[in-house]
Order: sequence, then C-alpha cells, then structure tokens
Amino acid sequence: MVTKDFSIRINGTAVGPPADPRVSLLDLLRETLQLHGTKKGCDQGACGACTVLADGERIVSCLALAVQYVGRNVVTIEGLAGDDELHPLQRAFIEHDGFQCGYCTPGQICSAVGMAAEARRGVPSHVTPDLTVGEVELTHDELRERMSGNLCRCGAHNGIVAAIAETCAGERK
Amino acid sequence: MIPFTYTRAGDAAEAVRLAGRGDVKYIGGGTNLVDLLRETIERPAALVDVTGLSSAIEPRGNGGLLIGAAVRNTALAEHRDVRTRYPVLARAVLAGASGQIRNMATVGGNILQRTRCAYFYDTEGSRCNKRSPGQGCDAIDGFNRTHAILGASSSCVATHPSDMCVALAALGATVHLEGADGARTVPLTDLHRLPADHPEIETVLEPGELITAVELPPLAAAARSTYRKVRDRASYAFALVSVAAALEVDNGRVKEVRLALGGVAHKPWRAWAAETALRDGPATTRAFRAAAQAELAAANPLPDNGFKIELAIRTITAVLGELAGSDA
Repeated sequence: MVTKDFSIRINGTAVGPPADPRVSLLDLLRETLQLHGTKKGCDQGACGACTVLADGERIVSCLALAVQYVGRNVVTIEGLAGDDELHPLQRAFIEHDGFQCGYCTPGQICSAVGMAAEARRGVPSHVTPDLTVGEVELTHDELRERMSGNLCRCGAHNGIVAAIAETCAGERK
Repeated sequence: MIPFTYTRAGDAAEAVRLAGRGDVKYIGGGTNLVDLLRETIERPAALVDVTGLSSAIEPRGNGGLLIGAAVRNTALAEHRDVRTRYPVLARAVLAGASGQIRNMATVGGNILQRTRCAYFYDTEGSRCNKRSPGQGCDAIDGFNRTHAILGASSSCVATHPSDMCVALAALGATVHLEGADGARTVPLTDLHRLPADHPEIETVLEPGELITAVELPPLAAAARSTYRKVRDRASYAFALVSVAAALEVDNGRVKEVRLALGGVAHKPWRAWAAETALRDGPATTRAFRAAAQAELAAANPLPDNGFKIELAIRTITAVLGELAGSDA
C-alpha cells in the first residue's frame, strides 16, 4: 500500500502545506520558510522573478497555490547546488555579468535550468522552424524566445543569454 | 483573496460531485484563476482542484485524438501526434504565454481563461459589465486598440485571449463535458458565447459543469497547417490578431480549408464566410485576399482598433499563401 504524502518537498525537506489555501507557493517560500532567494516581482506571472522548479519543470510560484503542490518536489535557487558550491549556471552568470541589481537572477537561473531540460527532451518553441525534430539546437533566437518569461529591468539580457548559451553548450559536449 | 475552501478531486465524477451546483470554481494550473482571486474578480466559496483528471493524449478509433482536460500546455505542444498531424495546435500553444506558464496551464483552464481587458481587471477605477453586470463599459469610450472588431456588443468589446482555442476552432474540435445532469459534447466553436447583453456569461457551460477532454477529429488538411500571431512584442504578449489555418490544395484549387481568428472577438472566431468563399476555388493570392475581405466585411471597429481589419486581412492572406507554397 502506498502511503499518501501530504507534504511538499522543498529543497529535499518535507514541509506541511499551509492551513490557508490562499497562500501562494511564493509566499510559503518567502514568508514561512524564510527562503528569500525566490523573489516577488509582479506577483501576477508577468516577470518570472519567482520562478522555481516543480518536479524539474519551471513554474511561476506567484500563480501557484501552495496546496496544489502537495506531493510535488520543489527546488528553489537555494537548492540548486550543494552548500558550498555554485551551480554551473550561477558560475556562468558571474563570468558573463548576467546581472546588475540581481533581483531577477534566481528566477532567471531556475528558469534556465528548466528551459535546458525542455530543449534536451525536444520541446519545440515559437521560433523552432521544424516541429518534428527530436532535439532543438539552442540558438540565440531560441534562447531569447524560451527565456521571454523572465524580465531583467537592468537590461542584462545579453549577459544572461551568453551565460545560458555557454552552460547549455557545455552540457552537450 | 476572500477565503475559500480547497478540495482535490481524484477524477471527473468526484469533481462534479464536490462542485454540485454551488458557488464553486474548478482550478487547473491556476495561471489565470489565482490572479482573478487575488483581484477579487472571482469570489468562489470553494475551489475544486481538477489537475488530477486525465492528462492523457490518446488516439481515437476514427483517427482523431482525445486530449485530457488536465494535459498541461507544454505536454500538448510537445506531443508527437500533435506536432506532426496538427501542427497548427502545437504552434498556437507555443505562441502563448511563457515557458513557465505553459508548464502550469491545463487544456481545460486555457479554454475557460477570461479576457485580459484592462478595464475588466481594474476593479478600483473602471466600469465593466462583465465584472459587474449592468455597470457599463469603460473600454468602449476608452483605450481600445486591443479590443474586438467582430461580434462585440454595446455592453462589451472584450476579446478572448487564448491562442490554443483559435487552433481548436479551426480544427473543428469537440469539448467533452460532465455535469450533474450527465455527460455531453459541444463543438468548441459553440462553447464560448458572444457578449450581447450578458458578457458575464461567457460559455454555454451549466453551473458546476466540467470540461473533461477535448477531441480532435481526423483531418487530413491539418497536416499542412500553421498559426501566426501578430502582437506588440516578439514574445510573451497577447495577440492583436492571430490566424490559425489549414489548407489542402489539389491541382491549383482549394480542396479543404480551415480558418480561425484570435484577438478579434469575444470568442475564438471561426472564419466560416472566408472558408465558404475559398472552398473549391482557385488557390491564389487574389482569392485569399478576397476571402479575407469577405470575412472582415462584418467588422465594426472602435476608435482605436480599426487597424485590426486590414491587419487581419493581410495576415490571413499571408498565412494562406505560406501554406499554399508552390501550389498557389
């Protein structure tokens, strides 16, 4: 018999869902769990600053009711790498100046991790010329389209695209 | 948000039973509903989570495809049969929202998403007949370049925001429903209503009725189909005008054509008049443009959105030309 799991796994730790179903996953992370890496930008799904991974898929945590994520495995920017390590994308963002103020960065990085996984399994995008190809080559046009759900108001997009392009290319070598 | 209770349904029958006919909203990915709850535009007493419904995409005996209501948008666009046999649907889904939102949004929720009219969302400062019936519409005399040019009324000029639905309209999809009185199917083109005097009633769904699946019929012409979206930004913006089209040309003549428009009306707009004008006629640029003009003859623009008429005509002409390719 399978035991029903009533908790949300967040960066590997089981967390009880909020008693009030109105609490967003974003507010659960920031207000209850004090995981402040995930940022609240627009709180309406437009900016991507609150992007986290749920079972490896990138989502905007501001439009997610936390109760809907019971039984799911959520990873935030704090859980991407080990305690004293950086994720390759975090290193690449530093290398390529992929930020200025840094507010959008955790969302950019979590989004890029999810995006890379989508491309690896062949999910096409709006700019993919041929829908039938198995694996998508992440050209700059593809990257810019696939990352359009993450805004950077400082205008660091060139560095962001460069950091993601380099990391994705490295993964494929 | 005002307080509500939350229950997760294991299947469609349980969801319908939990919802009853009460003040209940079904929630899928929440990408529209959570926003509407936060703005207190939606004020249900209870939410029933239907993400546990079927998320399967299964072939039908007749050669069609049955898509579970809980299929996420990404999964739909990613599916091999959708990509190869119904490319217009994959393209439409991929033209909408962002990667994050497509991972969350379900097929059922996409169909039932509500307009993005800014006056509808402006609870503090604007009148809206859709939000508060009888109040009036501030969009009609307001900033209305994104609003409807077809099928609108003096009470509402909002547009339906979905890209996916435009493709479903063109493909002749059928929506499977389940409610307290049993199951039924409704053509997608009959599911959404035009606003008339009751813009607050957006679909023909009965209270508590639930979308359980969408069925695509077998359609040979869909193998050559596409979706073009014209918008203010290159990505992650709602359509000013969009066109879903499928075209089968035989010996220079239109054997089969399917055409639907987005961003122009209160519902995904199947271009029946244009299809009739085109079928069995020559597959030429001149014929494509004439058919587009025939469809848009009924357009009734607002002060700011007259440009959508010529934009729609040109986009239809261009998309049909692209699909005809060397056959034109």
